[in-house]
Amino acid sequence: MTQASNLFPAAEAGFRTIRPRTRVKRSRVSRWYRRHERAVLGATGVIAFFLLWQVGAWVGVIDPFFFSSPLAVIAAGIGDVQTSVFWADTKVSFFELLIGSVLSLALAVPLGIVIGWYQRLTYAFDPWLNFFNALPRIAMLPLVILWVGLGVEMKIFIVFLGGFFSIIMPTVEGVRTVDRQFLDVARSFRASQRLLLTSIVVPATIPFIVTGIRLAVGRMLIGVIVAELFAQTEGLGVMIARAEAAMRSDQMMFGILIFTIAGILTTEAVGILERYFQRWRPSSEEVEEGM
Amino acid sequence: MIDQSLALSARGVRMEYRDRSTHQGFVALESLDLDIRQGEFVSIVGPSGCGKTTFIKIVNGLLQATAGEIQLRKIGKGREDAMVFQDASLFPWYTLVDNVSYGLVCSGVKRKEARERSVPFIKLVGLDGFADKYPYELSGGMQQRANLARALAVDPSLLLMDEPFAALDSQTRELMQAELLRIWNEAQKTVLFITHQIDEAVYLSDRVIVMSARPGRVLADIRIEIPRPRSLDVKRTTEFVRYEEQIWRLIAKQIPAAQSGSEA
Repeated sequence: MTQASNLFPAAEAGFRTIRPRTRVKRSRVSRWYRRHERAVLGATGVIAFFLLWQVGAWVGVIDPFFFSSPLAVIAAGIGDVQTSVFWADTKVSFFELLIGSVLSLALAVPLGIVIGWYQRLTYAFDPWLNFFNALPRIAMLPLVILWVGLGVEMKIFIVFLGGFFSIIMPTVEGVRTVDRQFLDVARSFRASQRLLLTSIVVPATIPFIVTGIRLAVGRMLIGVIVAELFAQTEGLGVMIARAEAAMRSDQMMFGILIFTIAGILTTEAVGILERYFQRWRPSSEEVEEGM
Repeated sequence: MIDQSLALSARGVRMEYRDRSTHQGFVALESLDLDIRQGEFVSIVGPSGCGKTTFIKIVNGLLQATAGEIQLRKIGKGREDAMVFQDASLFPWYTLVDNVSYGLVCSGVKRKEARERSVPFIKLVGLDGFADKYPYELSGGMQQRANLARALAVDPSLLLMDEPFAALDSQTRELMQAELLRIWNEAQKTVLFITHQIDEAVYLSDRVIVMSARPGRVLADIRIEIPRPRSLDVKRTTEFVRYEEQIWRLIAKQIPAAQSGSEA
């Protein structure tokens, strides 16, 4: 009795009242802001950056020789798009990207599925996949030039190397981690090997393939620009290099901007692809609701 | 020559596993004999790890026994057997109708025809109007209904059910048991049902097979003489409770033995 009261000394009697949340009436502007807070703050951040950059260039805090200014970059861009060289360079770069990515996707996905499906093939290819994935592919550039020269083929090959291994690695992983219980269902109903692949392995692996494509987009862009800078034949990378030779930071930045836009657009496209192939998954909002 | 009225006849089914790392073998099933008559509802209960799931997987062909023989009778055009899995195991990338018709597609039916043929089974399990939903949009009970419809759609002579209600909450489970009896009555199938829930086995079955702890053998074969149709209220009758107690006593004796072996 005495021990217990030491541990739990008699409390003074009393109540604490817990009240419901009082609702504050908000103005229309405030409600609109709260709904779009993310977009508003994001836009503010971007605009503030460009504004500071521009004003800094005007005032002289930022040296336009090295850093140009937003308006100068826009002006350079307007100048560039009126030249036929710009369009020729753009066409070459995008052609290289397109062919390289289509080739890497067309080869990496089926090969990855086959290698992942047969355990013996996985064992046999695993060291090589890991080797090439770890290898900084840009280091192979001189070697690739030795093999196929300085032309478009070389750049396509570099893009392909970046894409292929980024996609095949997760594809193999995806096939290997297919849920056993689904395979049991298929075997239980005596599904053919072909049906096993089309009804289970491929759909289960698609999220992994998309992850690979996401990774590949960045690496392929790096591949094309580095290959062009290195080879100095044609393409947007060469345009940037020419601008460098002319000490035109505004033109260099415009070239970089084009690559950035290409990166953003392809990432968006991958996102659309992802949503299409994964409509059988609850969207993130639905998951949150469920929890 | 086996009895023509039998749907399944198992003789001396034995299953030995070999642990890959230690190379030690252990016997999951020791000489199991079992006959199931056509149209019968038979449950197997037993302590966990007694090999009941192993047995049903051998019947289904997912596992191959070490010894023994199983005869499955095929009636009509459908398949000999089809499995209702413990986890609903619906493909998340297929809609309900594509999941239900999967077994038909596996037997070579064209996808469009398979979809049409699975419609009455979707109706039978009470999922009318959900045909185009994806599994994540269905509750656990609804997923199990779809799991059942998928097996029924291939018109199996023997329906194999591997603890299909184990993952459901107790209220849904009771409901599904009553539903299963209704569907069984309508579909006129022979059922082999695996469960660790004694009341479930007694409520559903014509016969309850009690298995021993590993290595699994048939310990008792109890005929449940409760008249059908059975409503869920039957579970509160003294007759029902007596069956439960009888089976529980048989299993309880097995539990220390089941615990001394490593969990399968």
